[in-house]
Amino acid sequence: MEGQSMVALAKALTIAIGVIIPAFAIGKIGAKAMESIGRNPESAEKIQVPMIISAAMAEAIAIYVLIIALTIK
Amino acid sequence: MTGESSNEIKHETTIFAEPIFHIGNFTITNALLNSWLSVIILVVFLMAVSKKINKVPRGIQNFFEMILEIGLKFADSITGNRKKSEKFLPICLTFFLFILVNNYLGLFPFVGSIGFIKSAYGERVFVPMFRGATADINTTLALAVMAIISSHVIGVKSIGGWKHINKFLNIKSILQISKRIKKDWTVILSAPINVFVGILEIIGEFSRIASLSFRLFGNIFAGEVLIVSITMLAAWAVPVPFMFLEIFVGLVQALVFSTLTMVFMAMNSQVHDH
Repeated sequence: MEGQSMVALAKALTIAIGVIIPAFAIGKIGAKAMESIGRNPESAEKIQVPMIISAAMAEAIAIYVLIIALTIK
Repeated sequence: MTGESSNEIKHETTIFAEPIFHIGNFTITNALLNSWLSVIILVVFLMAVSKKINKVPRGIQNFFEMILEIGLKFADSITGNRKKSEKFLPICLTFFLFILVNNYLGLFPFVGSIGFIKSAYGERVFVPMFRGATADINTTLALAVMAIISSHVIGVKSIGGWKHINKFLNIKSILQISKRIKKDWTVILSAPINVFVGILEIIGEFSRIASLSFRLFGNIFAGEVLIVSITMLAAWAVPVPFMFLEIFVGLVQALVFSTLTMVFMAMNSQVHDH
């Protein structure tokens, strides 16, 4: 395969495979937060901020993958 | 990409900020212009607010006292100690305000669209005059290095230099081998392992710098690229929900950066005892 098509394939595969597990992780964080808010509705404000911070941490892994996909040349 | 004729102007979002002019040997890039603009905005606005401070707050002073109260309560939930929160909050709130203003400046109308055309390598490229400062890896790297260095300085100030160094180069456990070996002979095996773990912690500090800077840069830069791509596809009314997403992401990333800085400061100012 020539250079340009190899580069395009590498970019696409990097981002496609790399975001599978972070997406799964963020979904799991949200699901657990919903479950615990459902069990105890008064704790909603206490759970909200840590949930957003954990989701941002999990999303950061996907961002690392995106940076690599953007800088492959 | 197919070859373009030399009469067409290329519009491309580059990962690195483009230089605008030079002062001597120092390059002024468009992201640097933006960060100066955000500093001017913050300084002018906050100085105007702090001109008249009344005992009974009203209006905009009320708003900022509310922000301070929320910030102190949030910091208390991380550090557990009001005195420590009052020491840590100024730095972390400054990071928060600076990153927030920079993230939002990247969404303004004149940022990224007003610029000039430069000819390089036989083709003409459009160079914008302003560009979101946090969409440039230099800004976020500088912010992350400042955050980690300030957390170390606060660690040294809180628990003293010897205890802080012993978290990384665990010299104390080597010095205590002769004292503890009479009670428990396995100390001679566990002390070198503790030294090695301490050296690994130093590498952990560098990974913190990388993760802080890349998280902020990646989120804001990806947001810019996303808005440009959506606008290329459909420029009427379709980018609006993506702009809302970018507003939300800018707030969350500023919050995450300053919260993590405060967590690092709180961790460094605690003595972890076995």
